[in-house]
Amino acid sequence: MLDTLEISQAATSLNLLHEKTQVLLKLEICGLEDNTVRFRITELETRRPRFEASDVLVGSPRTYSGKEETASEEKTQDESPEGEEKAHEEEPDLGTDEKENQEEMTEEEEEGTWEESFKSHHDSKPYGPMSVGLDFSLPGFEDVYGIPEHADSFRLRTTSSGDPYRLYNLDVFQYELENPMALYGSVPYLVAHSPERTLGLFWLNPTETWIDIASNTAGKTVFGKMLDFVRSANEGPQMDVRWMSESGIVDAFLLLGPLPTDVFRQYAALAGTQALPPLFALAYHQSRWNYNDEDDVLAVDAGFDKHNLPMDVIWLDIEHTDGKRYFTWDSNKFPNPADMQNHIAGKRRKMVTIVDPHLKVDSSYSVYNEAYSRGYLVKNKGGGDYEGWCWPGSAAYLDFLNPEVRDWYASKFAYDSYLGSTDILFTWNDMNEPSVFNGPEVTLHKDALHHGGWEHRDVHNLYGFYQQWGTVGGQLRRSGGNERPFVLARAFFAGSQRFGAVWTGDNLGEWSHLKASISMVLSLNLCGLSFSGADIGGFFKNPSTELLVRWYQAGAYQPLFRAHAHIDTARREPWIFGSDTTALVRTALRERYALLPYWYTVFYWAYRSGMPVMRALWIEFPKEEQTFMIEDEYMIGNALLVHPVTEAASRGVNVYLPGAHEVWYDVHTQKKYSGGQEIYYPVKLSTIPVFQRGGTIIPRKDRPRRSSACMSADPYTLYIALDDQKSAEGELYMDDEHSFNFEKQNEYQLRHFLFKGGTLKASVSSHIPPGKYSSTEWLERIVIVGIAQPMMSVLLKQPGSQDAPLAYEYTPELSSLIVRRPGVRLTAEWTIVIR
Amino acid sequence: GLPSTLRMTVGWQLERPLYDETKNFTCLDGSKSIPFDQVNDDYCDCPDGTDEPGTAACPNGFFHCTNAGFRPQNIHSSLVNDGICDCCDTTDEYNSGVICENSCKELGRKEHELLAKQAEVAAEGFKLKATRKLVGLREAKKDWEIKVSKLQTFKEETEVPEKEAKEKHRQEWEGILLCSLSSPSCTLHVVAFVLVFLRKTKKPEEDREMPPYDEATQALIDGKTFSIKIMIVDLEKELSLDLGRNGEFAYMYGKCFEMTTPEYIYRICPFNKIVQKPKSGGTETSLGSWGMWVDLGSNNYSQMKYDHGTACWQGPSRSTLVKLTCGRETVVTSTVEPSRCEYAMEMQTPALCQESRLQKQHGDEWQQAHSEL
Repeated sequence: MLDTLEISQAATSLNLLHEKTQVLLKLEICGLEDNTVRFRITELETRRPRFEASDVLVGSPRTYSGKEETASEEKTQDESPEGEEKAHEEEPDLGTDEKENQEEMTEEEEEGTWEESFKSHHDSKPYGPMSVGLDFSLPGFEDVYGIPEHADSFRLRTTSSGDPYRLYNLDVFQYELENPMALYGSVPYLVAHSPERTLGLFWLNPTETWIDIASNTAGKTVFGKMLDFVRSANEGPQMDVRWMSESGIVDAFLLLGPLPTDVFRQYAALAGTQALPPLFALAYHQSRWNYNDEDDVLAVDAGFDKHNLPMDVIWLDIEHTDGKRYFTWDSNKFPNPADMQNHIAGKRRKMVTIVDPHLKVDSSYSVYNEAYSRGYLVKNKGGGDYEGWCWPGSAAYLDFLNPEVRDWYASKFAYDSYLGSTDILFTWNDMNEPSVFNGPEVTLHKDALHHGGWEHRDVHNLYGFYQQWGTVGGQLRRSGGNERPFVLARAFFAGSQRFGAVWTGDNLGEWSHLKASISMVLSLNLCGLSFSGADIGGFFKNPSTELLVRWYQAGAYQPLFRAHAHIDTARREPWIFGSDTTALVRTALRERYALLPYWYTVFYWAYRSGMPVMRALWIEFPKEEQTFMIEDEYMIGNALLVHPVTEAASRGVNVYLPGAHEVWYDVHTQKKYSGGQEIYYPVKLSTIPVFQRGGTIIPRKDRPRRSSACMSADPYTLYIALDDQKSAEGELYMDDEHSFNFEKQNEYQLRHFLFKGGTLKASVSSHIPPGKYSSTEWLERIVIVGIAQPMMSVLLKQPGSQDAPLAYEYTPELSSLIVRRPGVRLTAEWTIVIR
Repeated sequence: GLPSTLRMTVGWQLERPLYDETKNFTCLDGSKSIPFDQVNDDYCDCPDGTDEPGTAACPNGFFHCTNAGFRPQNIHSSLVNDGICDCCDTTDEYNSGVICENSCKELGRKEHELLAKQAEVAAEGFKLKATRKLVGLREAKKDWEIKVSKLQTFKEETEVPEKEAKEKHRQEWEGILLCSLSSPSCTLHVVAFVLVFLRKTKKPEEDREMPPYDEATQALIDGKTFSIKIMIVDLEKELSLDLGRNGEFAYMYGKCFEMTTPEYIYRICPFNKIVQKPKSGGTETSLGSWGMWVDLGSNNYSQMKYDHGTACWQGPSRSTLVKLTCGRETVVTSTVEPSRCEYAMEMQTPALCQESRLQKQHGDEWQQAHSEL
C-alpha cells in the first residue's frame, strides 16, 4: 500500500487495507494552521455512506501553508518553530502508537451485530456493524480532562476497573454522581495537561461514543513511582485514550498547544467560541416548574422588588402552554401574555418560555399540522412519522437535521406567529436529547430516519445542537439580526457554545450535587461551553435553607446563575425562609450584580478568543502540579479565585492559593495572603471565600439595582490589587449590552488599565482594533490594595485639563487606598498619579 | 451628580432637621463627619448611607418621597434614577431620562375611596357579627347540648331491641353447635338455620364461626342506633370546635361557599372540608379536611389549615391554607396552588371585622396625607 502514499505541502495520504475485512481505507493526515493536525480515515469504496459532522466546525479548517503564522493577535510569539514542535512531539508517536484501526472491529460476528434488542426495544441495524475507533497514546501526561457531560470528577479517572466514559445524549432521571454514564450533552474533546505542555484531542463524531482511559502511573504509590524511576529512566508517565464510536468516520484533531491559552485558541478555530450573551443573561434568573399564572408571575416579580433583591429574568416551564403545545399559552392561566410581559419589561426585566423539540400529535395544533404536511418530522424505520410519548402524550419529533426545517422553525418565533410573544421573551430548549418517554433509554430509536436518509444513530448527539441552532435563528430573525439571542439548551454537542447557554440538567437538592456542579461546570468550560451552570437549590427535592444559601453563593460565581425547581418541591423564592436568609441571598445576588462588568469582560474574551470563563487553577498556573488535582476551587477570568462552601455546618475551608510569587487579597476583608500555600479559611454562613489575584484590576459597579438594565448608566469602581512588583493590569469591555452593533458597527470599547510605579494609566486596549462605542459612564472610586501610603497627593491628569487633586482615604492596617470620585469617563484617556 | 438646586430638596425627609448646610455633616450612625458639599454629591461617604438621601450612591440608603396628595414613602436608594417610576410624585427619576407622570392625587383619591369602603364594610361586618351571629351561636350551642342528651337517652332505648335480637341469634347458634343430629327437632332447627345461612355464604361445612345476623337483626344494628352513635360523635366534635374567641365563626359551620375559576369549582365547607371539582365534570378532589387554626397566638383567627386531602401522584396529600379577612359577605376571593398540592385560599368574612378602630386609624392617615398638600 505504500505506493499510495502521497505527500503534499497540505497533507499526507495513504491507503490502508483492513486485514480482517479486506476493506480499503484512506488515511489523511493534514497539518492545519496554528499547530493543529487533522487525522481522517474514510472508506474508499462505501456500501453505505458515512455521516460527517461538518456543521460542527465553524468553517473548513485551514491547512498549514508553511508560511509564517497568520494567527490572531493574542498568539504568543515565543514558541519554537512549528516543524520542530511536531518533530519531537506527538505526531510521530501517533504513527507508531496508533494500535489498531478498529473500523469494522468485530472479528467474529457477535450477537447484536445485525440487530439488537434492548429491554422491549428493537434496533433493526439494517447496515450492520459500522463502528470506528482509534487509540491515542499520550506520553508525558498523567492528567486528562474534558469529554463532558458526566456527573463525575473534573480530572478524568482511568476506566480500567469499570465502564468507559459514555457520550450519548440522554434524559437521565435523578442522575447518580461519580459515574461515567452518559448525560444530556456530549463534547468529544479531551484535554491533556502536564507542566510542559497542554494538548487537545477532538474526536469529531456525533454517534454514541465510549472512551477508555488508561494510565501507566495511575494507582501506583509514590514508592512504586520511585522504583520505576530507579529501575528504568526510559519509561515516563503515559496516558492512553481509546475512542470508540458506533458509526461515522474517524475524524480527529490533535491540538498541540503548547500552552493552555494556545489550546483554547486552537479549539476555537475548529468549533467556534462562546456567543457573547446580552448582559441580562449573565445576571440572575428565577425559574420554577411552574409559575402558575399571570398573577403568580407578577407576585414573584413584586416579591423581588419588595425584598430589594436583584433579578433579571422570570422563566415559564411547560405548564404555561395550552396542553404542552409549544408556541401557545394556556388561555386560562395566561390570558394576556403580552400584557404580562409588558409589565415585566416595565421593570427592565425579561422572560423566558420553554420550547421543546417534540410536537403534540394533534391535527388542530397548527405547528404540528404544518410540520406533518411538509414532511418535517423524524421518520420511523418503516418510513412513517415516528411517534413517541412525551409531555403532551403522543408526540412527533421535528427533524432539525434538515436545514429547511430549521429555517421553518425559526419562522415560528416571529411575533405574528408566536402570538403573545414580545421582544423581551427568550427561549429555553429542554428535552432535546431528545427525550422520548417510551423510547430505548428514553430517547429516539437508533433506526429512526432523518433527512438525507441518515439513521438516528448517525446523528444522535447533534439533535439538541441543531434545535438550539434553529431557535437562535428564530430570535435573530425576529429582530432583523440586530439583537443578541438568548437560548438555554439541555442537550449539546461540540460547538453548541455558538448558540448560547447550557446547564447540567435535573440535579438534586443535595450537598453532593452542589459540590458536583463545580466539577461539571469546569469541564463544560474547558470544552468551550463557557456559558453553563447548574440549577440553584437543585431540581429535585427540597434543599435545606443552609444548602440553598450556599448554592446561591456558589451560583453567584458560576457563569449561568439560574434557580430552578421541580413542580413537586416546596416554594423557594429567597424571601420564603425569613429575613436572615433573604439577607444572605441578597448579599450573594449583589456580589453577582456588582461584578457584572468583570463577568462581561471575561465573557468578551471567551467570545473573542475561546478562553474559558470559569477556569481550573492549572489553566492559570500550568506549571504548578499541585493545582492539577484541584476541583473544589477555580478562577473566574484571571483575577478572581473562588472556593465555594459545599458542606453543611462548615466552619472553614482549606483554600489553596497558587503561585509561589503571587499575592492574593480576600475581596471582603482586603487581607493579604502569599501564594503557593494552603490556608485554613474560617467561614460563617455569610462568607463566600473569594480572592483577588495581586497584579489584576477588576471593574465593578457597586450600585446593585433590581435588574442589570437599571445599572447601565451607573458609575464604575476599579479594584486594583498590586502584585509584589507593586503593579497591576486589567481590562474593561463595554458596549450597548444587547445588540450586534459591537460586531457590525464596531461599537465597543476595550479599555486597558495599567498601574505601575504609582501611576494608573487608562487607555484603549491594544489587544483588538479600537472600537467607537461612546458612553458617559464615569469612574466613582478606585480601591487599591497592597499600596504604601501616599506621601503627597493623588493627582488626576487629563489631556487639555489642569491637574486635579483627588481626595482619598488610606487604611494602614490593610495597605488600602480609596480614591474618592475621580469622576472621569471610562472611555477617556487619563492618568492618576499617586505621590 | 445632582444639580445644586436639587441637592437640598431631593430625597430629604423633611422632618429630619439633621441636614444643616452651614456645618459639617455627621453620618447618622455617628461614624464619620464630612464637609457639607459632599452630601448628595453622588458619592457614598457614610457607611450607613445617610449622606446620599437623594442619589443612588449608597446601596443601603433610602430615598424619601413626599408624595403630596398620597402617602409619603421611603424607597431603597437603588430605585433612584433607575429608569422606573417608583414615587408617585416622580421625584425618584430626576436624572434618568424617563418621564414619569405624577399620580399621587389619583392614588390618594383611590386609596381614600378604598379605605372608606373598607371602613364601611368593617362597620357593617362588625354589626352583623355582633348581633345575629353571636345570638345564633348561643342558641345553637344550647340546642346542641340538649340534642346530645336526648340522643343519648334515645340511643339507650333503641339499643334494647338490638341487644335482644343479637342475643337470640347467638343462642340459636350455640344451640346448633350443641345439639346432636339424632334429635329430630334439633335437625329441623339446624336445617332451617343452615338454609338461611347457605344463601349468604355457600360453604357451611368448613365454617364454625357464628353466621351473620339475619336481615332483621342487621337492620336494627345498621339502623337507628348506629346512626345515632354517629350523630352523637359528630355533635360532640362540633361542640369541641374552636369557632372563634366569641364563637363568631359558628355561622359558617354547616354551610359551604363556592368559588369558580375558568377550570374548577372550589367549595369550602368551613370546619369540615375543601373540595375541587373540574368544571367539565369528573370526580371531586379533596383539598383537605378541617385541621386547625394556624398562628392563633399572634394573629387572631385569620388562618385555617385543611389537610389530609386526596394524595398527589408520587407526592404528599393535598392541603389548603385559608386566609381570612374582614368583609361584608362571606365569599371566597381566590384559590391558588403555589406549590404542588399545597393550596392557598382567600376568604372574606364579617367575623373578622373589628369595631370602628380601623375606620378611625385610616381616617387619621388620610388627614395626615392631606395636611401635607
